Amino acid sequence: MSTSIVVEDVTKQFTMAYHRSLKQMAVAKLRRLPLREHFKAVEDVSFTVEQGESIGLMGLNGSGKSTLLKLINGVMRPDEGRIRTRGRVAGLIATGAGFHPQLSGRENLYLNGAILGMGEKEITRKFDDIVEFAGLGKFLDTPVSHYSSGMNARLGFSIAVHVDADIFLADEVLAVGDRPFKKKCLEKLQEIRAEGTTIFYVSHATGSVRQMCDRVLVLESGRLNFDGDVDAGIHYLQYDEPTDDDTAADEEIGADI
Amino acid sequence: MRAANKAQEQARRRTDEKGRRRDAARRARELAEQQAEAMPLVDDVERPRHERVVDAELVDPAPHGGILEVLSMRYLLRLIVRRELAKMYAASVLGLLWSYVQPATRFVVYYFIFGMVMQVHRGVPNFAVHLFCGMVFLHYFTETWAGGTRSIRTNRQLVLKMRVPREIFPVSMMIVAFYHTGPQLLLLLVVCLLIGWHVTWTAVLAGLLGLAILVLFSMAMAMIFSALNVYAQDTQNIVSTFGQFLHFMVPMIYPFSFIADIGERHPVIYQLYLANPLAEAVMLLQKFFWQPLAAHPESLEANFPADLWERGVIMLAVCALLVFLAQRFFSRVEGRIPELL
Repeated sequence: MSTSIVVEDVTKQFTMAYHRSLKQMAVAKLRRLPLREHFKAVEDVSFTVEQGESIGLMGLNGSGKSTLLKLINGVMRPDEGRIRTRGRVAGLIATGAGFHPQLSGRENLYLNGAILGMGEKEITRKFDDIVEFAGLGKFLDTPVSHYSSGMNARLGFSIAVHVDADIFLADEVLAVGDRPFKKKCLEKLQEIRAEGTTIFYVSHATGSVRQMCDRVLVLESGRLNFDGDVDAGIHYLQYDEPTDDDTAADEEIGADI
Repeated sequence: MRAANKAQEQARRRTDEKGRRRDAARRARELAEQQAEAMPLVDDVERPRHERVVDAELVDPAPHGGILEVLSMRYLLRLIVRRELAKMYAASVLGLLWSYVQPATRFVVYYFIFGMVMQVHRGVPNFAVHLFCGMVFLHYFTETWAGGTRSIRTNRQLVLKMRVPREIFPVSMMIVAFYHTGPQLLLLLVVCLLIGWHVTWTAVLAGLLGLAILVLFSMAMAMIFSALNVYAQDTQNIVSTFGQFLHFMVPMIYPFSFIADIGERHPVIYQLYLANPLAEAVMLLQKFFWQPLAAHPESLEANFPADLWERGVIMLAVCALLVFLAQRFFSRVEGRIPELL
């Protein structure tokens, strides 16, 4: 088996600028408010994934799951550390694919396919499959801005899944589709999993993660606090184990306040 | 003191030292409950798992490929250009014609005001070609510059969701601008041929040099300003305001001899004027299109600086360096683009 993804001491820091115009900045300065604040969306995360592993990425909202996926697919670059991936990376990050609202579904399909690394011939060959899986019917030539969020996700997922990627990232995209389509997507995901694709699956639904994944990563405030077995990961996430260590820490904080 | 601050900070965020929220377990259970219903359960496929052999190296998912990577992605570039062209005229009846209406009216206005009313055209044979030649190439520059500046913002959906070398957006606008100026260029050529045009090798060389300066300068400016526009959207307003001035900063509505006269009294202004790569580019292109039209091309040498060739070659080197620096700048700030959009 070969290594599919290497993440080494990766940190991604965001700068939040509260005030954009000069006037706002001047007012903030007078009131001695901070002009900007840094926070680490992903902090010092390291792990290695073998080809064909199926990883469940779990954590509360805002814990850095999407940022981590964006770092893996290359939309963002880490501030510190390094990331290496092997082969084609495809998938959907956050809701909605990278579609251009004014363009039709057909044009977006070609554009997205090309960005994911397919050539003209490859897209044309897979075109019918993609359209059929997405089930858009007559809406194929309507601008994407008129699509429902479900249709958007369907087309996005359909393109990504037909790319024949080596690494597939499935963020909570499926949250918007209707039930039959979700089922179809999960079946497809199981299929590409059996073909040996590395999968990153983000979900809060434990049952679904149990069926889909071999391993779970839990992110908490950007830190990788659990990496291991699925059941143990879910247990870690959902049940507090009051240890001496934890209570001691709590008391310490209380004392300082 | 610092420790106390940190503890307060953690208390405020309600997290422990590992970053776990106090109510993490409860919230996780709630979320799982909410979504358990929503996600259908699908069993693992009843097939033996394949082992997939990936024939590739471990690489950075976001390489600093730059312009070179963009140029290797021909198909994607073509799609983006085609899409930009389609989008621009999506809901208009006259379509692509609109990109000619504006330059045409401007040409007519300049020709009458500066040529006929202010009599600038005296001593400038074929004044219309002198003017039009400048306008066509300046139009190429302003289109690339303004379009390139906006390009990353207008493509934010793609920038935020998919990995592409982001240079592809300003570079695609260079090609879009070419589609807009191409037919004007053709018109210029036809007019020149009708008047009686003869090509010399020096003229061809001047034309190529001018074109190279123009293209490199446009590319550098489009790249720098597309990144700046992500930081502050004021950039695109500055660019469109400044674009209007450019018409007066190159010798097209007046001959260069005016500037040469001023130069005798104000050498600084003269040097500043010629420090504009577009001035060199336009004059070199006029050497190709406009000068050979005259009965005695030698008599028009007063309309070009004596050291135009030297300046042109230096400017080409400067513009190449500018592209290099623009790429360096772009690579440095590019990492922050998604979070600023």
